[in-house]
Amino acid sequence: QLYYQVLNFAMIVSSALMIWKGLIVITGSESPIVVVLSGSMEPAFHRGDLLFLTNFHDDPIRAGEIVVFKVEGRDIPIVHRVIKIHEKENGDIKFLTKGDNNEVDDRGLYKEGQNWLEKKDVVGRARGFLPYVGMVTIIMNDYPKFKVCI
Amino acid sequence: RKNVEDFTGPRERSDLGFVTFDITADILKGKMIVICNVLFFLTCIHLRSIFDWNVKQLFLYLSAEYSTKNNALNQVVLWDKIILRGDNPRLFLKDMKSKYFFFDDGNGLKGNRNVTLTLSWNVVPNAGILPLVTGSGHVSVPFPDTYETTKSY
Repeated sequence: QLYYQVLNFAMIVSSALMIWKGLIVITGSESPIVVVLSGSMEPAFHRGDLLFLTNFHDDPIRAGEIVVFKVEGRDIPIVHRVIKIHEKENGDIKFLTKGDNNEVDDRGLYKEGQNWLEKKDVVGRARGFLPYVGMVTIIMNDYPKFKVCI
Repeated sequence: RKNVEDFTGPRERSDLGFVTFDITADILKGKMIVICNVLFFLTCIHLRSIFDWNVKQLFLYLSAEYSTKNNALNQVVLWDKIILRGDNPRLFLKDMKSKYFFFDDGNGLKGNRNVTLTLSWNVVPNAGILPLVTGSGHVSVPFPDTYETTKSY
């Protein structure tokens, strides 16, 4: 009886893992679902909203798109809008981002001496979103005791 | 109609452009919207109404697109505005200055005859897909061949 329960549980966990890995492949993004962590894109996105990303290699980055990127050396993904792009003929592109709710662009967030972002810094482009759903993750991070409870 | 356009520079060896514009927008449920962007000449851009039950806000932005020797494609957002559900659906903005500095990556604005301004918007739903739409219609802004020095902006 216990054997059956353990097996059942293992099946569920591996199914979830397969679905997640499948999503990573389909969307081309290492992190196809992200939670908005700050209020810098309000009133469009608030802390706790969930974003669905794609990161297709052939999708060009254009001004006005909402991208999720990581600054070199830091783990936290940032969700902001592209406000400037300069693209060369061979496809090399450098771009600048800014949060809708911020007064200034993101140059202050980039690495020391870095003035532009490149394709390699992009985790994905925001294609869809669900409000509030990501709150669970934030609560678990802010209150580790809560995590232990679960 | 007065159109003021000049640019100083180069600063840090990059061209800086100044553009002023007017925007008239009428976003009504179910009706056609007309946006008139007046720079050197009157051009009307048509926008279809998009505020349905699932639309939380619109992020409107005016971007300049052009090519230079340095870069095959440049896009610079000059101005943006958030329109929330329930906001006055009619926009009537005159003599607007660009919100953000129109720096080029290099000296590609001087004498550039083909700088195109387009109005686009991001629809932010209450939940669901985030489409980016570009208005049909655009205005071309030719930049002069010379730099201006110390013109008040």
